[in-house]
Amino acid sequence: MVLLAISRPSLASEATGNGTENTITTLPIVIWKWEEIHFPYLVALWVLVSWLCKLVFQLNPCLTRVIPESGLLICIGWVLGGIIYGADKVQTFRLQPFTFFFYLLPQIVLDAGYSMPNKLFFGNLGAILVYAVIGTCWNAATLGLALWGCWLGGAMGNIDTGLLQLLLFGSLIAAVDPVAVIAVFEEVHVNEVLYILVFGESLLNDGVTVVLFNVFDAFVSLGGAQIDAVEIIKGIISFFVVAVGGSLVGVVFALLISLLTRCTKNIQIIEPGFIFVLGYLSYLTAEMLSLSAILSCTFCGVCCQKYINANMDERSVSTVRSTMKVFANGSETIIFVFLGISAIDPSIWVWNTAFILLTLLFIFVFRFIGVFLLTWILNQYRLVPLDFIDQLVMGYGGLRGAVAYGLVLLLDENKYKEKKLMISTTLIVVYFTVMLQGITMKPLVTWLKVKRAAVSERTLAEKIQNRTFDHMLVAIEDISGQIGDNYMRDKWNNFEEKWLYWLLMTPIARKSCDPIFNIFHKLNIKDATSYVKEGERRGSLAFVRNESKADVDFNKKFGADFSEMIRDSVPSVCLDMHEQDLKMRESEDFDAHHLLQQHLYKGRKQHRHRYSRKHLEVNKDEHEVQEIFQRTMRSRLESFKSAKMGVAPPKKISKHLKKDQPQKVREACTFSSFPLVFITILLEFLINLNLSPGLAGIVNPAFMAEMDTMDPMPPMQQIPSWLAEAEVDSSNMVPSQRAQLRLPWTPSNLRRLAPLCLSTHSNDSFLLADSPATQEGISELPPPPPPQDGQGQGTHK
Amino acid sequence: MGSTNSTLSKIPNVEELMQETGFTPAHIVRLYDRFEALDKEKTGHLRPQDFGAINRLAMNPIGDRIIGAFFSPGQETVDFHSFVRTLAHFRPVDKKRPKDPSMPEPVNSRTSKLKFAFQLYDQDKDGKISRAELLQVLRSMLEMQVTEEQLESIADRTIQEADLDKDDAISFEEFRKVPPARALRLTYQHGAFAAQGTQNTKTCKVHAHRK
Repeated sequence: MVLLAISRPSLASEATGNGTENTITTLPIVIWKWEEIHFPYLVALWVLVSWLCKLVFQLNPCLTRVIPESGLLICIGWVLGGIIYGADKVQTFRLQPFTFFFYLLPQIVLDAGYSMPNKLFFGNLGAILVYAVIGTCWNAATLGLALWGCWLGGAMGNIDTGLLQLLLFGSLIAAVDPVAVIAVFEEVHVNEVLYILVFGESLLNDGVTVVLFNVFDAFVSLGGAQIDAVEIIKGIISFFVVAVGGSLVGVVFALLISLLTRCTKNIQIIEPGFIFVLGYLSYLTAEMLSLSAILSCTFCGVCCQKYINANMDERSVSTVRSTMKVFANGSETIIFVFLGISAIDPSIWVWNTAFILLTLLFIFVFRFIGVFLLTWILNQYRLVPLDFIDQLVMGYGGLRGAVAYGLVLLLDENKYKEKKLMISTTLIVVYFTVMLQGITMKPLVTWLKVKRAAVSERTLAEKIQNRTFDHMLVAIEDISGQIGDNYMRDKWNNFEEKWLYWLLMTPIARKSCDPIFNIFHKLNIKDATSYVKEGERRGSLAFVRNESKADVDFNKKFGADFSEMIRDSVPSVCLDMHEQDLKMRESEDFDAHHLLQQHLYKGRKQHRHRYSRKHLEVNKDEHEVQEIFQRTMRSRLESFKSAKMGVAPPKKISKHLKKDQPQKVREACTFSSFPLVFITILLEFLINLNLSPGLAGIVNPAFMAEMDTMDPMPPMQQIPSWLAEAEVDSSNMVPSQRAQLRLPWTPSNLRRLAPLCLSTHSNDSFLLADSPATQEGISELPPPPPPQDGQGQGTHK
Repeated sequence: MGSTNSTLSKIPNVEELMQETGFTPAHIVRLYDRFEALDKEKTGHLRPQDFGAINRLAMNPIGDRIIGAFFSPGQETVDFHSFVRTLAHFRPVDKKRPKDPSMPEPVNSRTSKLKFAFQLYDQDKDGKISRAELLQVLRSMLEMQVTEEQLESIADRTIQEADLDKDDAISFEEFRKVPPARALRLTYQHGAFAAQGTQNTKTCKVHAHRK
């Protein structure tokens, strides 16, 4: 990128001078205006070229599997740099620190903060801070001191440096780089705790790096003699001020953004833009106050994500997400390409073998020592200790990157006579870590995991058992709980609910804030509507859509939700199971092992990290969790009903479609009576959900003893088939003449009718319904089945 | 930690409980705090609803079964003793325990752990995991897209592999034919279950004489 300083004045002069000074003899039709526009043109061109580089190595996909993208981009940068150098004999383009720190880095950090998995982050914040602060200080100190020792020992020959300068160099190269870490760990799949530790560390160590850099820079200016206890204490204080101040700036801006999105309902088209502008301002404000800009931007993203996601319209949210990814990914690409280009410049290279090699060695060694030491200390206090392999990966994942390079370029040449040596060393370190460690990270992890997975799962039974044990342990962990953790979390949740939601979120957003209620509510409506659609398609439920006959107006009752759901054609219930079945019957061989491998639910410990620079798709684990949750809720609902009604729950899944054709006739009546049952359930249940007092979100409707005191659920003895996920057979639909009956039902009437529908040996439930003598109907009910086994669970699927 | 003493005195028969389960006083206190936190209505008993209030259990495929395992057959509530006894299954194994056949199996031995796991499958408590019961477990642990037919065939093959006496069911003896290390996986190592009292070592020492 062309130096800003040079281009600005030239633009100005061109603008004013053009046309008045040149004498023209004739009207020019076309003028070559390069000088006027060369700056934006070059910028745009370089951005395009960098992004095209990504295209180049996508042509050969197996290349990306071996070398991480960042490494490949650096290589392409070398090529490009070589071309330019060959053409110009001087490196006209390189990564300027100002451009890097103000135009390329902020969006990466903002993206990292915005997409940060908050629960994980704050859950592990203690460990992250330990690694970020103490680890970085350790790295800086040991590296500086070790290099100083070697210099004193004469290993490096005759270079003009001193203890302070080496400490400064140590501090700028000690910091793990967020850009590089994200880039490499994308390819390598590690467990989420490990990921968040390395990632969080790379983001938060900026606070330390900035302080150390400034402090040592000031010390070097002061000269060694001036440094006494006062200065050192000032240095320590400045750390706290910079780090905490930076975070506070970020939090303030997060508040601003949340408050703003509260009011932007009418300008939704431009809503996403505010996030970016304010995020950038948080970065710049912190920088202006000489606080830690990266910390500010990170915390801005971290703190505001929940509220703005709730406040903004869905389309705005997805716009923000995609745009952030575009910017972040784009910036990262440009950074790496220019890291490559900047190297092809003989003027900056000063080679001192000992210095460079020693730096590499010490970085490596001290990183591992630091990680092992700190982890050993942390493991005494952690709930889930980090095992050896994780520590190894963490130590190995201490990558350095562009931030170090940017910082080293900021050094003043007059104070630091060996600036060029430092630049060269930094570049070598960056290349080494990004490329070599990047390439070998994946095989290393794979090899270690293979070593660890000593337990062979040869038989199906063993596979199932192992998974069951995993789930059991997770459940016990949840049941036994950890008091300390939960206490703080509960306090924060209370505070949040009481004050922050009121302040920062729109009223509508607040209502739908409870995720569990949301899921359950949605799944009820979804199931209901998909069932209605099915029935309607098959002809018996046509009356439901005919508004003149139906008493229930779905649209009015459920509003926007409903119309959305109707349009959504994917039923969440396996109504189409028999169709799938047919397909399965055709393909004869399937491997049971393979099936288990693919489809067993992963336990919590095996879920992967959710942040990805490259992919926007929803995390599959979220689906899994939702699915499990839906099923649990359904089974609880069902057992609650059967427990209340004392009726045996319906036959279980062990019945198979193929085998049960003859029994379908019996099901027919229940199916036809379904709309009444279903509507009642839907209404009653949702009403009851809204009325149930004191539940923190509707977590366990199945276990609500409180419901005794409210409107009792209608005596729903028959668990509707969609709840039970039992087989549904459409072929034996009761003919739709029933649908033409003018049904004398209203929501209140439904209660009267409901028990009558359930007699399984009567096909004439409707006729019964019409008869005034409801007593006979009830007397025909089968005697209540034997009581449940006392676990109060009902049977499970 | 004077509060530990007072908490311990609130629990009836706490000595017996500690003997039986092997939890240290500090662990018991911790579990008691958790018990009270779960028992929102302060009745001294836990009902299924109280377990159900733990959100994360709802996201566990066999969460409800595990809740069920806390309740003895016929009982609707769980008191503190049963709570602790069930959780004691997951304590780390005492490696130094002498093998004395006359003494009853301690709660956290390998056999007891396996028995606990077995009972999760065997809901009707007839000592065997029938095909239907296995199907239920499989259904809950597999994604919804797996069809009935696939499920059945997995269950069939599992029984085929594991069933040695060909009675189309898996008995406890067949179930426990696993490498010993696997049973040890049913150990939860942290917080109240930590083998050595890494937390509250002071209180442990103070109360050592109680044992």
